[in-house]
Amino acid sequence: MDAIGITARGLRHRYGDTETLAGVDLEVPAGARVAVVGPSGCGKSTLLSIVAGLDAPAAGQVAVGGEDDPDERLARCALMPQRDLLLPWRSALDNAGIALENAGRPRADARAAAMPLFDRFGLAGFAGSPPGSLSGGMRQRVAFLRTLLAGKPVLLLDEPFASLDAITREDLQDWLAEALAAEPRTVLLVTHDVDEALKLADRVVVLSGRPARVVLVANAGSAGRDDLLGALRG
Amino acid sequence: MRSRFGWVIVLAALLGAWELYVRVRGIPDYLLPAPTDIAAALWDERSTLAGQALVTLREMVVGLAAAVATGLGAAIVLHRSETLRRAVYPLLVASQSVPVVAVAPILVIYLGFGLAPKVLIVALVCFFPVTVATLDALRAVDPEHRRVMRTLNASPRRIFWHVEMPFALPGAFSGTRVAASYSAVAALFAEYAGGSGGLAESMRNGLDTPLVGAAITLLALMSMGLFALVTLAERLALPWSRRRR
Repeated sequence: MDAIGITARGLRHRYGDTETLAGVDLEVPAGARVAVVGPSGCGKSTLLSIVAGLDAPAAGQVAVGGEDDPDERLARCALMPQRDLLLPWRSALDNAGIALENAGRPRADARAAAMPLFDRFGLAGFAGSPPGSLSGGMRQRVAFLRTLLAGKPVLLLDEPFASLDAITREDLQDWLAEALAAEPRTVLLVTHDVDEALKLADRVVVLSGRPARVVLVANAGSAGRDDLLGALRG
Repeated sequence: MRSRFGWVIVLAALLGAWELYVRVRGIPDYLLPAPTDIAAALWDERSTLAGQALVTLREMVVGLAAAVATGLGAAIVLHRSETLRRAVYPLLVASQSVPVVAVAPILVIYLGFGLAPKVLIVALVCFFPVTVATLDALRAVDPEHRRVMRTLNASPRRIFWHVEMPFALPGAFSGTRVAASYSAVAALFAEYAGGSGGLAESMRNGLDTPLVGAAITLLALMSMGLFALVTLAERLALPWSRRRR
């Protein structure tokens, strides 16, 4: 799978009378990991939906791998939502492999593809468990593998650990960093947590409160936590 | 165990109080038969009652099955077309204010005295709860599931059959349970409207109150049995649904 990038120019969006995005520019180079940080409710999730082709912007352009057609973007992006949204009637393994079944592959193939990832990424022994019997952290791992197994070059992660307690969240951040190192993709991550952004991304984009604009773009190596927090607070 | 079978104690107490009341006050059985009189009638008329119960049960089961099939179909169609739902749903709700008792004789005139009008009447009564519960459950599916699945290679058809429909099945079963408990009364209405050979036969002679009581007992047992059967089917078909509750 060749790595592809994301380019967005002047994205605007509104929900009814509320303006959510007020001209957002975004550049995610092929194979890079970019985190978008912003206050809660500033339209970060909307930004991901627009990139994925699930929502249309009121104005502006967005291209994924050079393609601006929404269906083409949808075909290139896999979304990991904030809540795991696992299907309770499927085992953890069958949840992880669902994107392969959706694409028409037999269930046995999907299982064969998902199983090695279960063993590799700390889910060994939980393949047959129903999602309801897993902890929140485990469920997020399954949800991430499900996103990974969609086989898309771009992963859109929407506050993937926001619903977890602090200790589990830190564990999972380390886990995700490892998983992404082993399965490199172009990643656009949305979070309200500056530390999470610094840990997982190589570039951080700070958005203002609603309506959102870009207030800072920094490389994770050069920007300090305080610079980002300062930009976040305006 | 004690909490689970508490109803047995309550039922026994009620029947005991009833028996005592009738015996002590010397109530004549044409006003109120004692539970033991009903039990005696059940035993004495067992072969007649069994035959009638089978006729009624058949009407209930066939009518309910027809209602589930058409109700699921209607819910799916109405769910998939917003326009159709807006046009049809209010009429569907309004149709529930038409008393089945009044319509039943007309259906008998159209369809004769056989099984058909009874099945149709049971189906008409049972159709509504199945349709509404399924439709509501389909509409209650978190739209976020749809959006995520679209990014996971799923076609709209696949999302419907593999995400929305399974999520709606507990609702469909709830509707079917409600419908199952309606089916007994609906079958009885249908039998009153036109000859049957069902349990209504034993209820027509209002003076033989022990026999009426016996027929009511059987009808209630069949209704509960059908309800329990639907519940059992749900547990077998949707083991995940129970865990979630």
